[in-house]
Amino acid sequence: MKQHIGIVSVGVLLLAGLVAPLATGAGTPGFYTEVLLGGLMAGVLYSLVALGIVLIFKASGVFNFAQGAMVLFAALSVARMAEAMPLWAAALLGMGIMVLVAIVIERLVLRPLVNQDGVVLLMATLGVSYFMDGFGQTVWGSDIYSIELGIAKEPVMILEGVFQGGILINKDDVAAALVAALLVALLALFFQKTSTGRALRAVADDHQAAQSIGIPLNRIWVIVWSVAGVVALVAGMVWGAKLGVQFSISQVALKALPVVILGGFTSVPGAIIGGLIIGVGEKMAEVFLAPVLVKTFDLAGGGIENWFAYVLALLFLLVRPQGLFGEKLIDRV
Amino acid sequence: MFYRENGQYKTTYGADQQMLPILQDRIFMAVLLLFAFIGVPLLASDYLLLSILVPFLILALAATGLNLLVGYCGQISVGHAAFMAVGAYSAYNIVLRVPQLNFLVVLVLAGLIAAAVGMLFGIPSLRIKGLYLAVATLAAQFFMDWTFARVKWFTNYASSGSVSTATIDLFGWRVDTPARKYLFLLAVVTVFTLMAKNLVRGHLGRAWMAMRDMDVAAEVIGIRPVYAKLTAFAVSSFYVGVAGALWGFVHLGSWEPLAFDINLSFTLLFMIIIGGMGSILGSFFGALFIVALPILLNQVPAMLGLPLATATKSHLEVMIFGSLIIFFLIAEPNGLARLWAIGKEKLRLWPFPH
Amino acid sequence: MRQATQRKLLAAAAGAVIAAAAATASAPAFAQAKEQFFPLLPYRTGPYAPNGVPFANGYADYLKLVNARDGGINGVKITFEECETGYATDRGVECYERLKGKGPTGATVFQPLSTGITFALTDKAPGDRIPLVTAGYGRADSVDGTVFKWNFPLGGTYWDAADILVQYVGKKEGGLDKLKGKKIALVYHDSPYGKEPIPLLQLRAKMHGFELMLLPVTHPGVEQKATWLQVRQHRPDYVFLWGWGVMNSTALKEAVATGYPREKMYGVWWSGAEPDVTPAGDGAKGYNALTFLAPPGQGQVHKDILKYVYDKGQGSGKKEDVGEVLYNRGLVSGMMAVEGVKRAQFKYGKKPLKGEEVRWGLENLALDAAAIKKLGFTGFMDPIQTTCVDHQGSHSARIETWDGKKWNVAPEVYESDLQIIKPLIRESAAKYAAEKKIPVRDCAKDAG
Repeated sequence: MKQHIGIVSVGVLLLAGLVAPLATGAGTPGFYTEVLLGGLMAGVLYSLVALGIVLIFKASGVFNFAQGAMVLFAALSVARMAEAMPLWAAALLGMGIMVLVAIVIERLVLRPLVNQDGVVLLMATLGVSYFMDGFGQTVWGSDIYSIELGIAKEPVMILEGVFQGGILINKDDVAAALVAALLVALLALFFQKTSTGRALRAVADDHQAAQSIGIPLNRIWVIVWSVAGVVALVAGMVWGAKLGVQFSISQVALKALPVVILGGFTSVPGAIIGGLIIGVGEKMAEVFLAPVLVKTFDLAGGGIENWFAYVLALLFLLVRPQGLFGEKLIDRV
Repeated sequence: MFYRENGQYKTTYGADQQMLPILQDRIFMAVLLLFAFIGVPLLASDYLLLSILVPFLILALAATGLNLLVGYCGQISVGHAAFMAVGAYSAYNIVLRVPQLNFLVVLVLAGLIAAAVGMLFGIPSLRIKGLYLAVATLAAQFFMDWTFARVKWFTNYASSGSVSTATIDLFGWRVDTPARKYLFLLAVVTVFTLMAKNLVRGHLGRAWMAMRDMDVAAEVIGIRPVYAKLTAFAVSSFYVGVAGALWGFVHLGSWEPLAFDINLSFTLLFMIIIGGMGSILGSFFGALFIVALPILLNQVPAMLGLPLATATKSHLEVMIFGSLIIFFLIAEPNGLARLWAIGKEKLRLWPFPH
Repeated sequence: MRQATQRKLLAAAAGAVIAAAAATASAPAFAQAKEQFFPLLPYRTGPYAPNGVPFANGYADYLKLVNARDGGINGVKITFEECETGYATDRGVECYERLKGKGPTGATVFQPLSTGITFALTDKAPGDRIPLVTAGYGRADSVDGTVFKWNFPLGGTYWDAADILVQYVGKKEGGLDKLKGKKIALVYHDSPYGKEPIPLLQLRAKMHGFELMLLPVTHPGVEQKATWLQVRQHRPDYVFLWGWGVMNSTALKEAVATGYPREKMYGVWWSGAEPDVTPAGDGAKGYNALTFLAPPGQGQVHKDILKYVYDKGQGSGKKEDVGEVLYNRGLVSGMMAVEGVKRAQFKYGKKPLKGEEVRWGLENLALDAAAIKKLGFTGFMDPIQTTCVDHQGSHSARIETWDGKKWNVAPEVYESDLQIIKPLIRESAAKYAAEKKIPVRDCAKDAG
């Protein structure tokens, strides 16, 4: 029980933060629900990016810093190609491109660096991310492009009878959540039911054992990076449809780092739940905590959501380094 | 032929432990320093001084600081620009509030404050390393960015959030012309480099390297991890803090929190990867490379008669950075510094390599 | 194998060193006479590229036009070079240092299109004796030429913008006194740019008794969910938008998502161009913004540009983008720099001029309606007259509204209230002069 004190206290703290705005009357229940939903929606996007990172980390032990750049690259490709062809064709072609990217990365970056230290691989993917940012913008341009999924952007008011003022909900947010759920279900099927999926899991469990029973590691890596590329594509399309496809996407993806810390580097459900916690946490903190801080310390504006995720991850690291669902095996000192 | 240590005998332990054991190296270093102190200010144009040499010297100092932590002690940090910001804002506030202090004292104080903050964010390194530590340092980056943008006291309640500094005055010697800025920086950087070089050869540096190479073994032979890691964070942040103060006061003159954002952290990291991890010399190579590359990209294609569009150039620049990082990690993990060492080795055997 | 790689690496390194030496050696090879050098600090990459590109194109196109149509400024050919800043201050400073000494007489005038870079260059320009033109951005207090000898915020500052917006919404409410008890939210880019209007808005808030909500948005501005949730919570009567780049379109999208009426949103002039509204699609309909110089559209000067520049394949951008809001602002900024040189040539002769000579020209700029017509800019700017005391020259702006396809500019012209702004400028400039120990110029004696 003693080793759980840390995690329990952080959990209690988070819960208290979640309940506090309602208890103190800082927001009406209707508005509170809207903030909660807004946080969940932001969280879905973080989760999608984190998902790609977790997949790659599980299979190859590489922390893929370039996942954000891949999201941007995929979204840019789809957005630009959709100008010349229907969206579904562009998306399919985009998948093809992401597979190609995966093959190139495996050949040129991963294979020569096999068996290197995790930090070296991290820095290599940092290089990949710089390259892809530049390459994507050279090929596709650096304007703001849009992906039209054909969902109305005007919000709908629901539950007006229940809460005073009702709750505003966006159809595209709901669609994003559904897409994310579908993607996770598909991935779960892929991992559980197909032989490639089983091979992937075997590799994730033990590289050497997997290799000794004849699973080709290189091919597995290509597959995993391709799957991560497709996840990036979905994330990019959801994100791009909401906010427009532009260079900045790759920067917001940095937030996926604390998400995987929270959820655990090797856990797919962890990535999802971690993303949601961070999304909700930072929106709640920004809307309800920041004004209090600003008033108390006479700050020049709020903006605590910029660091909230990282500091939360840092706290988490101190009490539970393996994350919520991660494996116990951790490089501890 | 000329570069050979034949006939140079060492008769004392002191001589054997010199920083530059070969006579030719000592001569080379002396000539280089002499040239840097006297020749460069006389010959270089203002542009060369202000846009290449000044940022190069400051960034080399910052990269040295980062290298002490990443290259020597093996603790990764992707948030070192935050400690530069701490140094810069500390110096700004000290100058503002105690204007009579000499700038050199201010510099040291700013470094010490940065060291304290660095140690604070280094505490997680006692429990975690690698990727996990990267996130901890990211937290430092974003938290410090926010602090300096939001807490009005740090910017002296400037409505724009931008601070600007007055000219540095050292005992009546005003650091205002390009040549003076360069000389001032050169002196500071030389002193700090010498200190770093000696530090890594000494007790502390060896403790760091032991920690980097194998922490468990290091602990067994009596190196306390708490001590080794926190000192690495402290010394590294001290260097970077001093560099940050110089960056603000000498190079920028006025700045906003964005000047020390995450991109600068990445740039510092790239410098030591390309220059060479675990090498002071490498920090200098890396800094020079990163400062000079955009400028080269700007001028070489035009010279060859291939004018590139502004946007292409800048995309090309990040692409080249990215590929070079991967290239160096694969082909020469020890960076440019290793190439330099190989070159020297070859020179010793030349012209009869067998 | 390893040896071979090493040898190749060494050779490559040596080659790079030689190339570097060659490049630095040949850099200052400019000594031709009869050329006026214009440094350009655009940003064609990064999060602000969608807004930076059209401005840079307009600026460059005007310089090209002057060369192609008039053969330069009174026979002095214009040369120019771009240096990408990416909207980053340190990059901007490096570019400034790189370009300031080029050309036979050095850089003519700098226009960084970034308030952050302007803050940094304000400290450097006096030492290098090069003027800074910041048309519609930069430091509001730099209007005061007695302290800011080298800064020219021609045509508008953020204090003017904020003042005009308050006046406008006051008028809508039926008088400034009706603003009492109202709520106005400022959604601003968290940088010197976005923070500039705050002192004036705070002053106005105190005067008229409205409540000012400050909502900063962090660079680059793609994360605004929390900001707009706060807008939804507090339901301000008006939202003033002080954004740039991708932040503007994101703000509009979030306003749609939180159901805030776009008709109550008023942007500063940097939040009122095509790239700001088009990504939001129909959602941007009804959104308003200020416009000072150069509303969208085409006039005589555009015909010339299409004829002399684009038809010859020399255009900096796409033909169909000529006449966009930011393109036109680039055009006007280029024009004012050229006119500054022209004015200075009256005094110093028709030859390449130094920055300090151009500074005199900018300080004695007098563009009346006739002069504007001659330049082909009728309908794109109000007359401008600068003096030693007033480096701004014009304090007017209009309101434009996006109808889903184009910007419609309302005919009414609004003037900022100098009674309110002037003391603020004087106070702030005096503080700057004291901090920097700058002697204040006496305009009666010091004409040059």
